[in-house]
Amino acid sequence: MTNTSKTKTGISRRSLLKTGAAAVGLAAGSGVITGFPTIWAQSNITLRQFGTGVSNLNAIADKCKADLGITLEMTATDSDAAAQRAVTQPDSYDIADIEYWICKKVFPTGVLQPMDVSKLKYYDELVPLFKTGKLTPDSVIAQGTAPHTVGYVEAQDSKTFAKAPTNWFTMVPTIYNADTLGIRPDLVGRDITTWADIMDPAFKGKTAILNIPSIGIMDAAMIMEATGNIKYADKGNMTKDEIDKTIDFLIKAKQAGQFRAFWKSFDESVNLMASGEVVIQSMWSPAVAAVRSKGIACRFQPLKEGYRSWGGGLGLAAHLKGAELDAAYEYINWYTSGWVGGYLNRQGYYSANMVSAKKFMSEDEWGYWIEGKPAKGEIKAPDGTVMEKAGAVRDGGSFEERMGKVACWNSVMDEDRYMVKRWNEFIAS
Amino acid sequence: MTVALERPAIAAAKPARRRRSSIGVVTPYLQSAPLALILGAFLLLPIIMIVVVSFWDYDFAAMYPDFLTTNYSDVLGSWVTWKTYLNTIKFAAIVWALTLFIGFWVAYFLAFHIRTTAMQMVLFLVCTVPFLTSNIIRMISWIPVLGRNGLINSTLVHLGLVPKPIEWLLYSEFAVVLAMVHLYTLFMVTPIFNTLMRIDRSLVEAARDAGASGWQVLWNVIIPLAKPGMAIGTIFVVTLVMADFSTVQVMSGGQSASVALMMKNQMSLLQYPAAAANAVVLLVLVLLMVAGILRIVDIRREL
Repeated sequence: MTNTSKTKTGISRRSLLKTGAAAVGLAAGSGVITGFPTIWAQSNITLRQFGTGVSNLNAIADKCKADLGITLEMTATDSDAAAQRAVTQPDSYDIADIEYWICKKVFPTGVLQPMDVSKLKYYDELVPLFKTGKLTPDSVIAQGTAPHTVGYVEAQDSKTFAKAPTNWFTMVPTIYNADTLGIRPDLVGRDITTWADIMDPAFKGKTAILNIPSIGIMDAAMIMEATGNIKYADKGNMTKDEIDKTIDFLIKAKQAGQFRAFWKSFDESVNLMASGEVVIQSMWSPAVAAVRSKGIACRFQPLKEGYRSWGGGLGLAAHLKGAELDAAYEYINWYTSGWVGGYLNRQGYYSANMVSAKKFMSEDEWGYWIEGKPAKGEIKAPDGTVMEKAGAVRDGGSFEERMGKVACWNSVMDEDRYMVKRWNEFIAS
Repeated sequence: MTVALERPAIAAAKPARRRRSSIGVVTPYLQSAPLALILGAFLLLPIIMIVVVSFWDYDFAAMYPDFLTTNYSDVLGSWVTWKTYLNTIKFAAIVWALTLFIGFWVAYFLAFHIRTTAMQMVLFLVCTVPFLTSNIIRMISWIPVLGRNGLINSTLVHLGLVPKPIEWLLYSEFAVVLAMVHLYTLFMVTPIFNTLMRIDRSLVEAARDAGASGWQVLWNVIIPLAKPGMAIGTIFVVTLVMADFSTVQVMSGGQSASVALMMKNQMSLLQYPAAAANAVVLLVLVLLMVAGILRIVDIRREL
């Protein structure tokens, strides 16, 4: 019985694929159908997207299916696995949803193809941060793997990053944010103004940093520089000597009992904070929101040295061509057309296209999340849960205030392997 | 002696049997084939692959077939490895001693102080009840108990026994050992209980008749006879602790390192050859430990 039914499914699936393929061929060949959405609706086109999970949201896949008829198959991995998969299994995905520092590793291997800027409907509306590295004309370019440094290549078949904007975009930016330290304002008992405060002896045994080497080292660098121990040429690309100094500093602090724990996952950081085990630690904005949703005071504290920022985008697999490539462009244009942007903004991230995202947010939401104004009514998450009550103001203020003060981007260092080795020593020490 | 006597007879019978049928010769091979295939495919082959990969070269994206010893020199040449191995062995030793002590007394109570077999089985099953939940849940449920604002600390502070919460209860080596003992004691109880149940009660009676005190019976009769069970339990506990990573990670709050955690870190950074080299070193060490245990106690007496 099992055998028969198995065979049946096999056949029907195969025939379905055949029919689907035939339909695509027919549609493309006959040229009868002109509007994209119609084609996708008929041919059941599927795009396989994999990525680091932040923006792999089911709501986006559902909306994409409803708006475009494109089925999105999403796979979430951690960032190291994402980098590996991007390079070693280039045929297993159509869209790579990765961070810019991963792009720096992955793009030169030739598994992604650059995008023709003229095919991107909303290119002009994208935040200049991803084109020139400057949010406003007079802002300072941050250290680390700033997105614009890996945002363009010279030509369609080029693998080397261009110094200035060209017609070939490596990834369309989608989601980004500025991270800082999270604190328990009810337990720290004083104003927290600098990254160095995490090393205050008053908080001995009540601090935590994250144990993901590539990000943890950046937080450590912010702390180290804030304490005045060192001045990095580029925090995002340390020399061996700088790595040694940073790790030695961490080991000393660890042995003195400054840290309570090192967290690896989102929920660990939430639990550490919510239970009061730590009062100041590296944190991500949705974790702060999760602590707050338990009715516990928690702030994503802006600090004078600035933020550690990260950003991700969508890249096209090199193997995409023809109808699939068109579908991928269509998907990316849809992604930047506003609905997703509003959705991400309402989660506390930022959309790369603020112009279109604004149309999908209420005035109050826009005021709270982007303009840093006090909320007039309840601020709700996309799933309807109340995140903030009327009168609340976003930590760090407006979009310009937060993204304008980025000190450093998540990055990949030339001495990556050495850094990881030393980081393991820090954890083992 | 019997073997020596039988040997000529077998030798004489052999040519005749061989002539009778060749099936007789292949039968033992056929009988052992299924297990040999399963072990070969799912144990031997993966281990061979791990050994092979441990000599390969790698970068962030891929592994390259090669014959390099750098993975081993990196592993063995780093003080982190030595410190981590020492730390792991320390955990193994402490947890082993505690589980053996607790496990033996639980098994002893079940085997000698519970009169009816039915009750013994009921109580033994009660011991296994925690195993109906997952390992991770049993471990994580310690966190709200031990935490700074957890059950124990808030009770102590409330009763005025300590002025402020005790910090070392959670995210410390104490927490790791506590969770491991909790998780692994049953692996000691089961084999010891099994051997104790097989001890001929008339031996105990004979010892008593010969004038042995309770402690002498325990020390000279029961413990020597329980050794195979203790050895099996020891093998379970030692291998489990040596290979543990989640307990150490969660209960020490990432502050403490273990060999498996080091491997997991390497794997999450896609340094598979380095992790493979580490795995080979760990495998050799654990095999040596098991061999040592087997030299001291003959567990085949048990089987």
